[in-house]
Amino acid sequence: MTHEHHDAHGHEHDHHGHEAPPHHSFKHGFLKWAGGWISTTNHKDIGTLYLMLSLLMLFYGGSMALLIRLQLFQPGARFFDPNFYNVLVTVHGLVMVFGVIMPAFVGLANWMVPMMIGAPDMALPRLNNWSFWILPFAFTILTISLFVAGGGPNFGWTLYAPLSTTYGPPSTDYLIVAIHLMGISSVLGAINIIATIINLRAPGMTWMKMPLFVWTWFITAFLLIGAMPVFAGVVTMLLFDRHFGTSFFNAAGGGDPVMYQHLFWFFGHPEVYIMILPAFGIISEVIPTFSRKRLFGYEFMVGAVAAIAFLSYVVWGHHMFTAGMALGTQFYFMYVTMLIAVPTGIKVFNWVATMWRGSLTFETPMLFAIAFVILFTIGGLSGLMLAIVPADYQYQDTYFVVAHFHYVLVAGALLSIFCAVYYWLPKWTGRYYNETLGKWHFWLTIIGVNMTFFPMHFLGLAGMPRRITDYAVQYTDFNMMCTIGAFIFGFSQLLFLYNVMATIFGKGKQADGRVWEGTHGLEWTLASPAPYHSFTKAPILRDVMHESDAKFEHLE
Amino acid sequence: MEKKVSHRKIVIITGAAASVMFSFCFAIVPFYSIICKATGINTSLPTSDLVNPASGENAHPVADLTREVTIQFVAEHNMGMPWDFYPKTKSVSVHPGQNAKVFFYAKNTTDKDMTVQAVPSITPSEAISHFHKIECFCFKQQSLKAHESKDMPLIFNVDKDLPKETRVITLAYTLFDTTPKASRKG
Repeated sequence: MTHEHHDAHGHEHDHHGHEAPPHHSFKHGFLKWAGGWISTTNHKDIGTLYLMLSLLMLFYGGSMALLIRLQLFQPGARFFDPNFYNVLVTVHGLVMVFGVIMPAFVGLANWMVPMMIGAPDMALPRLNNWSFWILPFAFTILTISLFVAGGGPNFGWTLYAPLSTTYGPPSTDYLIVAIHLMGISSVLGAINIIATIINLRAPGMTWMKMPLFVWTWFITAFLLIGAMPVFAGVVTMLLFDRHFGTSFFNAAGGGDPVMYQHLFWFFGHPEVYIMILPAFGIISEVIPTFSRKRLFGYEFMVGAVAAIAFLSYVVWGHHMFTAGMALGTQFYFMYVTMLIAVPTGIKVFNWVATMWRGSLTFETPMLFAIAFVILFTIGGLSGLMLAIVPADYQYQDTYFVVAHFHYVLVAGALLSIFCAVYYWLPKWTGRYYNETLGKWHFWLTIIGVNMTFFPMHFLGLAGMPRRITDYAVQYTDFNMMCTIGAFIFGFSQLLFLYNVMATIFGKGKQADGRVWEGTHGLEWTLASPAPYHSFTKAPILRDVMHESDAKFEHLE
Repeated sequence: MEKKVSHRKIVIITGAAASVMFSFCFAIVPFYSIICKATGINTSLPTSDLVNPASGENAHPVADLTREVTIQFVAEHNMGMPWDFYPKTKSVSVHPGQNAKVFFYAKNTTDKDMTVQAVPSITPSEAISHFHKIECFCFKQQSLKAHESKDMPLIFNVDKDLPKETRVITLAYTLFDTTPKASRKG
């Protein structure tokens, strides 16, 4: 009887789904717990593991950022020696890119993609387990590299040759192996996501009915497959140059250090879109929910993501305007780079149009989404400024660049991850987080982020170079402001940590299946917390769509 | 629902794509040198105009007295080169089509006899095909005995077809140690 009752409401899972697997508590002992998490092939477990790793790495990389800001609080480089400062800058960048942003997005994809397309699990569950468990080893090796004799990697996250070849410390080899592992993990994860999205969509879930988060991840997965192997290849060349007597990047042997930059940025530019496209997907889910409207211009949103992904492969030269480049090539890269503003503009306008005349409420995820739209646009505009060749000659290697990429990566990607966690946490845990704490976290984060990174624009325009451990006295005031902002931003993340953990361990109001009033899509037809196996029977998409159609009828 | 593709097929295709991109990274190396050769950017090639004497009308060009071009000289050492090496003139202004002569100073500061090769490069790259050398120390390897020094001559002109908007050309030399290994040890 109960089964029929559930089916009648479109809740397609059976009751086995409600039994918690043995590794979700210590009831069966530590070994069962650890063994369960290590060998799990469940998409939700693996998603949780990814997100937990990302949370840990956020505090790891964040502590390094605070140490950097501590050193820069006053001129005089009074806390660490310059080499250790360089190590901090390098490892902070690598940890944040490969340890925080990317695993968090993969974790969200693991949790949400099967639920959003009506699948029981990921297509290749064992591969999924493997792609996660490679990562802790990669970051252990990266951490070991800090303690190798000769100091940690100190050449910046870009690993430019010859800094990483001729002048690279022995720890560079550890870093290269760590990067290989991260690359393997990302590519396997991407293959899995592509297979899942192509094969496991519920009947009726056609391509143009897929939620935008799924679309953005589908395209991101292709970017990963195209870009990560190039990075793996180029660090392999570094390894060869270091140990096997090749001269890929050594001019005396017929190589060219500028070729390293070409290859690195051929990976590096798609990489920055790997870190922002899933964010676009998240924002495109959250804004319609809290505006109680459909997403404005769905088809254009999908097209814009595809256009951005395509353009990302043909603009890498804008990172190298001052490295020596023919005039025509500079023009080409400048114009193509500025072209990216068109699809990105489409996205921003469509988000604004989605909110236009909607019934807006401002729960924490919505606050983060709105902040994302505003702050990401600031980051995008400074990106346009950097795209202009003559202007770039001034901005190159100054704090203006630092301000730009922190606006897109922190105020963009990271805020979208916070947004996603708050948005889906009730679905994952069955409980609402503490809304008051969430709002405190939001406002402190926004104040902290802007106080940290906005003054950097002016520092850069005034000529303060990046990656320098000391600076001239006239930059002191703004640097102090940045440092204070950074500490506000950093410590307010403890609120986030507490809020999330408290919710996971059973504090907070119970959530129902719909969680938010304006939700739409398959993941909200499941109970909260979502059953261990999402859709053991394929959901009937027509019923779900009918419900959301009815809800938005008055707007058509 | 449309027909399913097997997981195996997707894994094979995407896995192959990833391997292709990995190999692409290495395939870029020959591709890169082909581009550099074809566009003339690679000025260190033995066939490059910048390391061979100009011939024909480039050696005796027609002067264009209506404008002047500034030529800047830069000297650099490849890693570990202990020599003193610098241009005696930092920059000169010339009319296109007029020959100019400058000297680079080189001193072997070591206790060993050494042979070096200077490799030129020109910025902006649009000027490369308009820059002609009549005589240059970079045409062949230069040997100096221990603690010997020398003023090395460079005679050049830029032709009148140089684009009007190019007003400054930078000529940089990087000095490479080409002493044979056996004598380097001794």
